[in-house]
Amino acid sequence: MDNLISIVTFTPAIAALILAVFLRGDDEAAQRNARWLALIATSATFLVSLFILFQFDPADTGFQMVEEAEWIFGLSYKVGVDGISVLFVLLTTFIMPLTIAASWHVTDRVKEYMIAFLVLETLMIGVFVALDLVLFYLFFEAGLIPMFLIIGIWGGKERIYAAFKFFLYTFLGSVLMLVAMVAMYVDAGTTDIPSLLRHQFGSETLSLWGFQIIGGAQTLMFLAFFASFAVKMPMWPVHTWLPDAHVQAPTAGSVVLAAILLKMGGYGFLRFSLPMFPVGAEVMTPLILWLSAIAVVYTSLVALAQEDMKKLIAYSSVAHMGFVTMGIFAANQQGVDGAIFQMISHGFISGALFLCVGVIYDRMHTREIEAYGGLVNRMPAYAAVFMLFTMANVGLPGTSGFIGEFLTLMGAFQVNTWVTVVAATGVILSAAYALWLYRRVVLGDLIKASLKSITDMDRREKAIFAPFVVMTLLLGVYPALVTDIIGPSVADLLEGYHTALAEHETATMVAAAEETAQ
Amino acid sequence: MIAQDLAILLPEILLAVYAMAALLGAVYTGKDALAAPLTWVTAGAFVLLALWIGTRGGGAQIAFDGMFVNDAFARFAKAALLLAAAAVLAISQDYMQRRGLLRFEYPLLVALAVVGMMVMVSAGDLMSLYLGLELQSLALYVLAAFRRDSAKSTEAGLKYFILGALSSGLLLYGASLVYGYSGTTLFSGVLEAAGEGRAAIGLLIGLVLVASGLAFKVSAVPFHMWTPDVYEGAPTPVTAFLSTAPKIAAMALFARVLFDAFGGVVADWQQVVAVLSLLSMFLGAIAAIGQTNIKRLMAYSSIAHMGYALMGLAAGTAFGVQAMLVYLAIYVAMSVGTFAFILSMERGGAPVTEIAALNMYSRHHPGRAMAMLVLLFSLAGVPPFLGFFAKLYVLRAAYEGGLVWLAVGGVVASVIGAFYYLRIVYFMYFGEERAEPVEAGGSPVLYGMLMASAIVMLVGIVNLFGIEGAAAAAAAALVQ
Repeated sequence: MDNLISIVTFTPAIAALILAVFLRGDDEAAQRNARWLALIATSATFLVSLFILFQFDPADTGFQMVEEAEWIFGLSYKVGVDGISVLFVLLTTFIMPLTIAASWHVTDRVKEYMIAFLVLETLMIGVFVALDLVLFYLFFEAGLIPMFLIIGIWGGKERIYAAFKFFLYTFLGSVLMLVAMVAMYVDAGTTDIPSLLRHQFGSETLSLWGFQIIGGAQTLMFLAFFASFAVKMPMWPVHTWLPDAHVQAPTAGSVVLAAILLKMGGYGFLRFSLPMFPVGAEVMTPLILWLSAIAVVYTSLVALAQEDMKKLIAYSSVAHMGFVTMGIFAANQQGVDGAIFQMISHGFISGALFLCVGVIYDRMHTREIEAYGGLVNRMPAYAAVFMLFTMANVGLPGTSGFIGEFLTLMGAFQVNTWVTVVAATGVILSAAYALWLYRRVVLGDLIKASLKSITDMDRREKAIFAPFVVMTLLLGVYPALVTDIIGPSVADLLEGYHTALAEHETATMVAAAEETAQ
Repeated sequence: MIAQDLAILLPEILLAVYAMAALLGAVYTGKDALAAPLTWVTAGAFVLLALWIGTRGGGAQIAFDGMFVNDAFARFAKAALLLAAAAVLAISQDYMQRRGLLRFEYPLLVALAVVGMMVMVSAGDLMSLYLGLELQSLALYVLAAFRRDSAKSTEAGLKYFILGALSSGLLLYGASLVYGYSGTTLFSGVLEAAGEGRAAIGLLIGLVLVASGLAFKVSAVPFHMWTPDVYEGAPTPVTAFLSTAPKIAAMALFARVLFDAFGGVVADWQQVVAVLSLLSMFLGAIAAIGQTNIKRLMAYSSIAHMGYALMGLAAGTAFGVQAMLVYLAIYVAMSVGTFAFILSMERGGAPVTEIAALNMYSRHHPGRAMAMLVLLFSLAGVPPFLGFFAKLYVLRAAYEGGLVWLAVGGVVASVIGAFYYLRIVYFMYFGEERAEPVEAGGSPVLYGMLMASAIVMLVGIVNLFGIEGAAAAAAAALVQ
């Protein structure tokens, strides 16, 4: 199949179109049809996306399965995958059928709900496979629309505030990136990502309004992209939209947000910031490393103080993303491998944790930690599953959470010892908040009257958790499944990065020598 | 000689003759009974003329020693404004008829305004510029006050007239200065007099005054005061008309004056246009936030959109003009759909313009709500819709023209502007059920136009129907 990637990308959108055009009415039968169509479409997408993995050759560090076609405005529709993006595509297609299955009990405007999620899937896959700057931006930004609707329509009490904050916050971050993209286009004369990866953007020190900008155009472009990806990631201190969005979003929305949307920031850093603006990245590295370390410690402490389960997990997500940025900007093999691994593993773990909250929220309609306690007495299966993911969140060896944290810390240690020391305390803090949450919700005696009749997970819920459990444990004991695929591409990326830096250094030294000679 | 000149003007002449013949005919025969068929015939005539002009081809032709220019740029603008006017007539017939507003003058005044616009975009001389502009404006003043028994509509017409007259005065004063310092009213003569690089100071003052008059017509800040009041007071179909065809004509005329007459002194007017653009984008975005009436909101929205179109013009390059034309074409396509939606908002047969009335609209009319959602996000410039590409186009033009600050300002304003479009989405989708939902009335034409416009916003990103190439040819014809 020559257009495998396009098929995977647009299958969900076509299913959404079918739903929008052909499904009439809002009765029981129509709702059932909408659910099943969405589930079938996302599952089919996942199955087809497996062929991408089978056809993928990890040894080849270039883009594979590339498709190219003419597009409007002199742009091109170009998609393909490399070692960095292929697993994110798989992560997306893997998570989506499970989120649809987790939304089985939604009864309000089911058709629209399923359309929103299907469109969102297309846009998320598109982000990871786009090989044209504008195409990337298109998918990246368009994802805001379905998510805005998901939070706003099917969210909790404060959903309107959360939806607007989510949209405007991330939109503001992204438009600066758009200006930088225009600048890149004008400078390089193309929006083709593979060509841009080979293009050298200017790095001579610029003077702007009296400020000396080291790294010149690269630093400015880096900052513009940083504004977008740091918000999306989210990095401290621009993370404040995330707890609101997470808490108010419906369960499936939280899962998608944590498992996939947050990964777009990290993917963006790896696809654009590091390889395209190496000098700018190097200038900003110390700042980003410290922001990451602060994120890990500060948001872990904030998580300790939360009374809402979803908010707690949301803050823990910010902390875990701190490890990711730290690993990426350590710019060595362990660091970047660890960052990608951490993103994939966090996709499974945080997704599962939000589903765990969803299970009891569906029964009790509250997310207050106070409202629970002693669930283990009536929900043994739930307690076991929640236990596993709590431990994975903490980073217990044997689960995938450990590998990512360990690799990123190891990578960062080679670059900046103090940052690593500070960030490593985050591992302890994460144990504190995660275990404390577990104790308060699951352990102890079941004394609250409202919980007396709570039921354990049914078969549908167990079936949803099974794949998450398998992946978390599998990656925990056999991380080579991921690192073998990403390794060569990461090595290639880093080689290019360090070569560019060395060239820049030589050029600066030559220029300085010439100046002194004169 | 004269026959050749007249042949070049043939579309304008035919339309003017048609308008006057129909006027006479209707007066002496059926009067308002003929209004509905006349509306459709006029709309059909617009479409035929647009097709004719669009396929006419044949390089740049000059009539009456340069007073009238028919080049690719004029043809693009004419085809666009004729189609916009036809679409507006199509969506207004049912609305006007049911409210007893459809008098036979309505389509004919629109036709006369269109004749004025066609002369404007073809103007090669300050005289023909003024003739076209006034013909257009006078017809529009009457249209704004078309609901004679409504104080608001009358007020809108009067306000529009007085402020319009003031701006025409400014423009005339500027034109006389330009004539005084260059000794000619022909654009080509002014171009020579202004020369390369340095123009006489009096000529520049003339340029600024002419630009002010034109900025009033495109409702760029700080000459925008009339827009919200006129948009709100005028009957909604007239508002739809005001925000589409005249905008194309005025922007095209703006571009023609700046490039044909002052193309040698780009640096002198670039900053002025850039500031107009920046102010329009920000004021349009900020002032719209507090609006509760959707027509006033669309007024501020159109101010902001003209700011973006001016951004392309401010770039001062052929690519900038191309970006402006593409922007206008896309903007008009979005506006027609949005106004088709607004025209269909009613409760018990009476029109509703309160945004809050849209509460939970999506529950009752999911299809229309979805189409409107697409249009709103497109207006806000959020990808993947066509409105985003329009913005991308002008951003690139501004960046290439060295106006990085304007590009950054534009994207920041677009975030602020996104808020009020999202507010409408909020009412349509997020609210709670409250009393008396708004009904979706109106003829199938409104529904069709709304859907078509939304589909264009989606399908347009795959294929732009050749608009891009036509705009490039048009821009190349204007900027040598």
